[in-house]
Amino acid sequence: MRRAEGVAVRRTPEPYLWLLFSGGGVVAALVLPVLVLLFGVLMPLGVVDWPTAGHLRGLLGNVLVRLALVVVVVLCLFHAAHRIRHTSEELLGLARFDLVIALFCYGGAIAGGVIAVMLMF
Amino acid sequence: MKTEVPAGAAYRPRRDRLWFARTRSYTVFVLRELTSVFVAWSVAFLLMLVSAVLSGGLPEFVALAGRPWMIAINVVALAATAFHSVTFLNLAPKATVVRLDGYRLPAWMIQGGNHSLWLVVSAVIAFFVLRGFR
Repeated sequence: MRRAEGVAVRRTPEPYLWLLFSGGGVVAALVLPVLVLLFGVLMPLGVVDWPTAGHLRGLLGNVLVRLALVVVVVLCLFHAAHRIRHTSEELLGLARFDLVIALFCYGGAIAGGVIAVMLMF
Repeated sequence: MKTEVPAGAAYRPRRDRLWFARTRSYTVFVLRELTSVFVAWSVAFLLMLVSAVLSGGLPEFVALAGRPWMIAINVVALAATAFHSVTFLNLAPKATVVRLDGYRLPAWMIQGGNHSLWLVVSAVIAFFVLRGFR
């Protein structure tokens, strides 16, 4: 469809935020439960032995693993930020503060991504 | 008696503050949305682990992860992330319509594929974390 001349098209980041939400949702669904199960529940309860520090350092020594972890962290955090933004607004009736809430949520996701990059690279 | 309404004042209907508790589907919807808090927590926990491994502080991290309150949080996080996985992977057929030579793939096939992929990815991660190629 052709746009009428002189009609300003308002650009919005929403489609990109929904894309990050969707990608992060898939990654979180595939990766997080097993990591929480192992490191958060089974190992602390003594059901499974903790791997040695050398083994875990060896895994993190691979640049592909570190790259994959950064992608997982960034996508999962954007997924969480997007959902927390909309849920808090719907649950608490805070839609009029959308800009502030959005800045806080996505700012947190960006900060987490920066921390992940600084930790691993 | 007629009440004066300032010009330009927007009408705001009264909110039902407990709308999420009115029906089961609303409650499940909100619980599903709240899994995002535990997704964020799980990522933070993972970053704490990575930091501990890289800085040589794994014993301190192991001690922290073994505290009862931390295990309790992670049990809830496990339930929340698993609930997120089931609900999110089940939603895929609503977002993606797959057609093969005009035949629309039924939802259960897409969901089955997603859940199988979840199992495979989990098994691969567990293998590399627990054993790896020695």
